[in-house]
Amino acid sequence: MKWDVRRIREWKFYEHPQGATILEAGNSLYYQTGSWRTFRPVWIGEKCTHCLYCFIFCPDAAVKVSKEKIAGFDYEHCKGCGICATECPREAIEMVEEQRESDR
Amino acid sequence: MASLKELSKRKEGLVAGHRLCAGCGEGIAVRQVLLAAPRPLVCAVATGCLEVSTTVYPYTSWNCSLIHTAFENAAATISGVEAAFEALKARRKIGEDFHFIAFGGDGATYDIGLQALSGALERRHRFLYVCLDNGAYMNTGIQRSGATPLGAWTTTTPVGKKEPGKLEWRKNLTAIAAAHDGTYVAQTTISHWKDLTQKVEKALSYNGPSFINILAPCPRGWRTKESQTVRIARLAVETCYWPLFEVENGKWQINFQPREKKPIEEWLKLQGRFKHLFKEENRPVIEKIQNYIDTEWEKLLALSSL
Ligand SMILES: Cc1ncc(C[n+]2csc(CCOP(=O)(O)OP(=O)(O)O)c2C)c(N)n1
Ligand code: SF4
Ligand code: SF4
Repeated sequence: MKWDVRRIREWKFYEHPQGATILEAGNSLYYQTGSWRTFRPVWIGEKCTHCLYCFIFCPDAAVKVSKEKIAGFDYEHCKGCGICATECPREAIEMVEEQRESDR
Repeated sequence: MASLKELSKRKEGLVAGHRLCAGCGEGIAVRQVLLAAPRPLVCAVATGCLEVSTTVYPYTSWNCSLIHTAFENAAATISGVEAAFEALKARRKIGEDFHFIAFGGDGATYDIGLQALSGALERRHRFLYVCLDNGAYMNTGIQRSGATPLGAWTTTTPVGKKEPGKLEWRKNLTAIAAAHDGTYVAQTTISHWKDLTQKVEKALSYNGPSFINILAPCPRGWRTKESQTVRIARLAVETCYWPLFEVENGKWQINFQPREKKPIEEWLKLQGRFKHLFKEENRPVIEKIQNYIDTEWEKLLALSSL
């Protein structure tokens, strides 16, 4: 975190940048949207051909790619829309219902 | 032209943690645009879903400089930024070569921001304007816009005994932009990522104004399943509701010709906003839409053969 906003609720008005400027690019990564999910995408590695369609069609940049290969999902941010599973030509992504911690 | 492998190695322009709805077409569109765009970059966004969901203070999902503008003036704002850049460059106060993109929804672009856009195109600023067309004012609760298709339900074109949704045709904004001579103009959508990213590359290497209209399905307002966003965009192309084309130096070119034009019903039936059209008494509306699409497609074929 280049711009520390963890205690922002305690800031005085003059501690906020003028014009409510946001001082760190891309800092929404610190904000998690994974709890929106009711279904989680599960990647079935042996079926995957690494075509990367799931990567280019994800609205939340939540498909991780490392060295041209799929490296799983960013579950801290994935909202569970299921576009990746719909678009995968190999059925290599399965949408599985999330469970309550207590049900596991 | 960049392959998916190459795109996957680039820095994300729109990172995770934004609060667009699950499955929102705008998120897909903007990611693809920014992955294709050269850096450094300055963007301006008109008020709408994209702007309010990606810049919730103190967080931003933008990995570049971004100006939050009002609803109606993204094109004017980016014109000013480009003009300031040119002035600084002339005085040798800035070295790097910047690129400029303005984003607006269809409400912001077809309607309230049309004069700002037209002015900026006519003044020939070097910038790209991207319209994210989801066919209504989504952020304020799905009100009709100049982009809403005939027959669609919105909260201001209700469905009842007297009216089967919107009564008017949508306006052809891409053609309006093309009427500004010397503008690079294109229409594309998220299912065709190669077409989309190529057009962005072309637009940003052009020494003048450019405009790209991107169909960006909205699960919330179209009453569709989140998982179907890209599929619905693809069907819009395959039914010729949303042809992929570009206009360069006055020459119109179709970029995708479906081998067989699918009937528009296939696209309509996936969307709750058109559900009422499948009642017996509204069948003529579907026919009317099909005829309209056929006529528009013939016009486009004729224009592209000039
Ligand atoms: C001058 C003005 N009028 C009204 C509004 C309220 N407003 C905020 S967003 C919005 C709708 C945006 O619709 P659109 O441009 O289609 O983008 P979308 O939300 O669909 O992406 C409206 C009416 C405003 N911000 N400014
Ligand atoms: S779309 Fe399917 S096959 Fe292609 S990379 Fe993703 S998981 Fe693998
Ligand atoms: S209302 Fe529609 S356009 Fe707005 S964030 Fe939700 S899906 Fe996207």
